[in-house]
Amino acid sequence: MGTAVFRDAWLIAGKDLRVEMRSRVGLNQIVPFAVTVLVLFAFALDTDQEALRTYAPGLFWVTVLLAALLAIGRSFAVDLADGASDRLLLSGIDPIAVFGGKALAVAVQLVVLEVLLGAGVVLLFDVTVHRYGLLVCAGLAAAAGVATAGTLYGALVAGLGVSETLLPVLLLPVVAPVLIGATRAFQDAFGVAGAEGWAWLGLLAGFAAIYGVFGALSYGALLEEA
Amino acid sequence: MSTATTSSSATRVGVPATTSSRATKVLGWLTLAGFAVLVALAFAWVPEDTRITEQGDVVGQFDAVRLMFVHVPSAILAYTGFGLTFLASLAYLRWRTDWWDMMAHSSAEIGVVFGVLTLVTGSIWGRPTWQTWWEWGDVRQVTALVMVLVFIGYLAVRRIPAEAAVKARRSAVIALVGAVNIVIVNRSVDWWENRTLHQQSTLFARKIRDETLFTLSFSFAVGMVLFAWLLLHRFRTAYLESQIEELEVQEALEERRAEADGADHGREQP
Repeated sequence: MGTAVFRDAWLIAGKDLRVEMRSRVGLNQIVPFAVTVLVLFAFALDTDQEALRTYAPGLFWVTVLLAALLAIGRSFAVDLADGASDRLLLSGIDPIAVFGGKALAVAVQLVVLEVLLGAGVVLLFDVTVHRYGLLVCAGLAAAAGVATAGTLYGALVAGLGVSETLLPVLLLPVVAPVLIGATRAFQDAFGVAGAEGWAWLGLLAGFAAIYGVFGALSYGALLEEA
Repeated sequence: MSTATTSSSATRVGVPATTSSRATKVLGWLTLAGFAVLVALAFAWVPEDTRITEQGDVVGQFDAVRLMFVHVPSAILAYTGFGLTFLASLAYLRWRTDWWDMMAHSSAEIGVVFGVLTLVTGSIWGRPTWQTWWEWGDVRQVTALVMVLVFIGYLAVRRIPAEAAVKARRSAVIALVGAVNIVIVNRSVDWWENRTLHQQSTLFARKIRDETLFTLSFSFAVGMVLFAWLLLHRFRTAYLESQIEELEVQEALEERRAEADGADHGREQP
């Protein structure tokens, strides 16, 4: 049973990522949106290169969260179209595998987004990376946290008719700890503030673990309705 | 459907047409009387908060200390409301009865009202005392804000027109996750700013005056009575709302049946 869950989760993640690869909505719409937000931040801070460098970690993560809302919303919109979610339910796949698979697919998309946005921040905000290991670990852990919490909340609002407006209201306050932790870790990695980056990584990993368990456990209750 | 029809139908099936009862009347009068006494105590009896430092400076909260008699009980009522929502949501997921669902909804609404009141009174108190409306370095203040935002989201879900069971189940999960999240937010904000301006347990350190302590305890008692009074009314309103929905469904069914009967009669005599 144990391996079946992983295999099914892998299957679901593959399906979601394949849909994304073919539709290219993430690459053609979500990434340009995120880059635009970075540009708007630069306009808002008035060509002050020093301010941009100082606040780059926070601005980066706010941008990731905003783009994540779109990615999560899309992950469930795809399932709802043509009654695909009903068929997923009928397939008899363990809800834990469905949750794991969807969260994994969202996390992969977020990591791709982080890499592209990271390049944008280095180019546009003139930051230099001092600690690559911390940067990569924090980026992965934060993506996992946003993906697990996001998948849980995405399922909670899916099919309610007002999910586009409801998801931000519910999810953004919940992922506030990720924003705090990831920003602090990046401040350390960029060398803009003396934060204890590795300690913050613990918070990010803990957050991802808590929401991973919570999501996996409650996903069955959310799927049982048609 | 007109209100007149609703109330007459409600009486017909034995549903009370009001949320008032002997218990709520007693609680209501107790709250009012308690408030009157509290205002008198807070403004006439409790002296302003001052302390003379070793250097001879006069410091303290001065008259702002009187705001504590609204701020502190509000915060406790907000946490009570959200705590009750958490427990009721847990009970709903276990037993799946409307009673627990309505209890979760009612207490969350009261929790949000007192949560907002806590933030507003805290902010007004902070202006003269900390010289700022908002202090990001204060863990409790930031946690309370995030908590209120989470439960405002919860109430938004409750307002969506969706099937009652679907809404109840999803709301219950949101309340559970939201409550767990309060702990995470609290810890992370604490680490975020490793300092706090908030009063560190003055209640137990006995830095607080006897008059202030008594009035504060009295304000808790009044707050609890107010909470019970509001919860009873809100719960009964939720119950009546659910009854109206059921009646509307029944009436619609009866209308359809009458139409079908009429159509059958028409067919029998062509």
